[in-house]
Amino acid sequence: MKSPLVEITKLSFNRGSRIIFNNVNLDIERGKITAIMGPSGTGKTTLLKLISAQLEPTVGSIMVDGQNIHGLDQEELFEMRKRMGMLFQSGALLTDLDVFDNVAYPLREHTRLDERMIRYLVLIKLHAVGLRGAAQLMPSELSGGMLRRVALARAIVLDPMMILYDEPFSGQDPISMGVLMKLIKTMNDNLGLTSIIVSHDVNEVSAIADYIYIISDGQIMDQGTPAELEETASEWAKQFLKGLPDGPVHFHYPALDYAIDLFEIS
Amino acid sequence: MTRQILEIWVGVFVAAGIAALFMLAMKVSNLSTVSTGDTYEITARFDNIGGLSIRSPVKASGVLVGRVSNIKYDKDYSVAVVTMSIQNRFDSFSIDSRASIYTAGLLGEQYIELVPGIEDNYLEDGSDVVMADSALILENLIGRFISEIISK
Amino acid sequence: MQHFLRKTVAVFESLGDRSLDSFERLGRSTLFLVRVFKSIPFVFLRPWLLIQQLYSVGVLTIVIVLVAGTFVGMVLGLQGYNILVRFNSESSLGTMVGLTLVRELGPVVTALLFAGRAGSALTAELGLMKTTEQFSALEMMAVDPFKRVIAPRFLAGFLSMPMLAAIFSAVGIYGGYYVGVYLLGVDDGAYWAQMQKSVDFHEDFMNGVWKTVVFGFVATWIALFEGYDSVPTSEGIGRATTQSVVNASLAVLGLNFILTALMLETS
Repeated sequence: MKSPLVEITKLSFNRGSRIIFNNVNLDIERGKITAIMGPSGTGKTTLLKLISAQLEPTVGSIMVDGQNIHGLDQEELFEMRKRMGMLFQSGALLTDLDVFDNVAYPLREHTRLDERMIRYLVLIKLHAVGLRGAAQLMPSELSGGMLRRVALARAIVLDPMMILYDEPFSGQDPISMGVLMKLIKTMNDNLGLTSIIVSHDVNEVSAIADYIYIISDGQIMDQGTPAELEETASEWAKQFLKGLPDGPVHFHYPALDYAIDLFEIS
Repeated sequence: MTRQILEIWVGVFVAAGIAALFMLAMKVSNLSTVSTGDTYEITARFDNIGGLSIRSPVKASGVLVGRVSNIKYDKDYSVAVVTMSIQNRFDSFSIDSRASIYTAGLLGEQYIELVPGIEDNYLEDGSDVVMADSALILENLIGRFISEIISK
Repeated sequence: MQHFLRKTVAVFESLGDRSLDSFERLGRSTLFLVRVFKSIPFVFLRPWLLIQQLYSVGVLTIVIVLVAGTFVGMVLGLQGYNILVRFNSESSLGTMVGLTLVRELGPVVTALLFAGRAGSALTAELGLMKTTEQFSALEMMAVDPFKRVIAPRFLAGFLSMPMLAAIFSAVGIYGGYYVGVYLLGVDDGAYWAQMQKSVDFHEDFMNGVWKTVVFGFVATWIALFEGYDSVPTSEGIGRATTQSVVNASLAVLGLNFILTALMLETS
């Protein structure tokens, strides 16, 4: 049994007086696709930022590949980040560079490869996401789905050990959703990556994830493989996974009794 | 926009900026007329210096030969002590030179005019100009003029 | 009575809140500047980054500076002539145009134009980069955005300002020359000679250059910080851009007074 790639122990994180995470323990297995799901505003993206050390936890530790990522200095952290890829919701391509240069950017920053070698590597990665033909386009000329695919090519260009996906499916049409699902799955299997997906698109995630954590109110509500969750999920998780309008999470925001409120009886 | 065109534009910009700075320094300001050569200092005592200030010109026959470098008040003798920095190449002012404060035009800036005398010895660093004429103060002249008219 | 008390307390509360806010911003902007300074040596290793920014900050601001400088110089020629001719001293027109431009209008008007054209563009650009998570993306690619994005822009703004101001003053002086000498009949030689006689290299020209250096520094700093610190929404970018122009302009005008007072003091 290999040790997990990411081990989160006793993590708490506050933003001001708001508690985002409260004593969370979570492991990410190597070579697997792990999904982190939950309603909007539960800090799923925050979790990714904590794993990549863009944010500091209030309490607790996050070990990535055996190293405490928040104990690293700037240089060690940058070394670690070269082995991580992150796919942002908006793609986050550099707007002043074209598609080719965007994908080539990490290579030019971090390696001393010659232009011919860079071209070779970039075209391979662009071909993998099906956008070799778009190499000369500027980011402003691409659709949202294409932006994410270019960003994915950029994220894998340094052959990382792990990719973090921030809401990869939100706001996509069915076709590009399908394309992204296929890409995430094949990338993970063929390149031997570890993938962490943060999302609330239940169907897509269930189809490709090996393991799912459901978080809400700063805690892990449920966890398991998609099949396990199907059977053993709590009432709350069932409501979330099936998208039921009423259940443990009520349709109505907490309020006074309807009749009392309506007729202003005090 | 290719890299080359961009570089050319930036080159043009930098060249224009430097040319403009150079033009302002040489053609607009007095840098070209100020010689930065070595100077020697002489002093003169005036009863009244009028509107003379530090950096006022020192001229001989109308030619700029130096500038006022310091002005002090000597309370023992109740006079103003003016130090002038004269450029080294103008080294032939006789020790009986006369320093007078004049005004350029009726309301213009004030300057010191040095008029050489006839001695063969020349002023050196630290020398004192013995003969010094004070500034002509317009108000004093008018006052004297009026009092003369009245007393007649 | 109680109502009045509560209102008074509320006034103090909001006043205190705002003071703390501005203090905090001041602190953050200082830390920001420190990080920019630390990153500047990196720019010299990548001159291409600087050249790109010199283009978008300097070259793209040239046209507006040329046009504004010419018109300001022409107006100075016209107004100056009409004032000086009353005292029969229109031959001093060169002095007036030269001194006004070199000491005051060149640095100040250029800085205001710079804040409006280059500064707002810098703020909007950084705001957009923040909104589209480009800073985070760079961090995740193990690239320091201060080195790659912010320091080259800072250096470009800082270097461009003195050159832009010099171009402004130079074309302004020719603008005044055109109006004074060609249209109004001031003597050609007198225009240049009078100007050269009374514009002092150290006291006027160099002091003007120092002003532009300070203005360029402050205007670029404010523009970059407002962009970097903006709220990452389209509304936030809009507000940051406005703030950037307003704050930079006020800072330039305020500093101009302080600098002028200091320079007159020491001369």
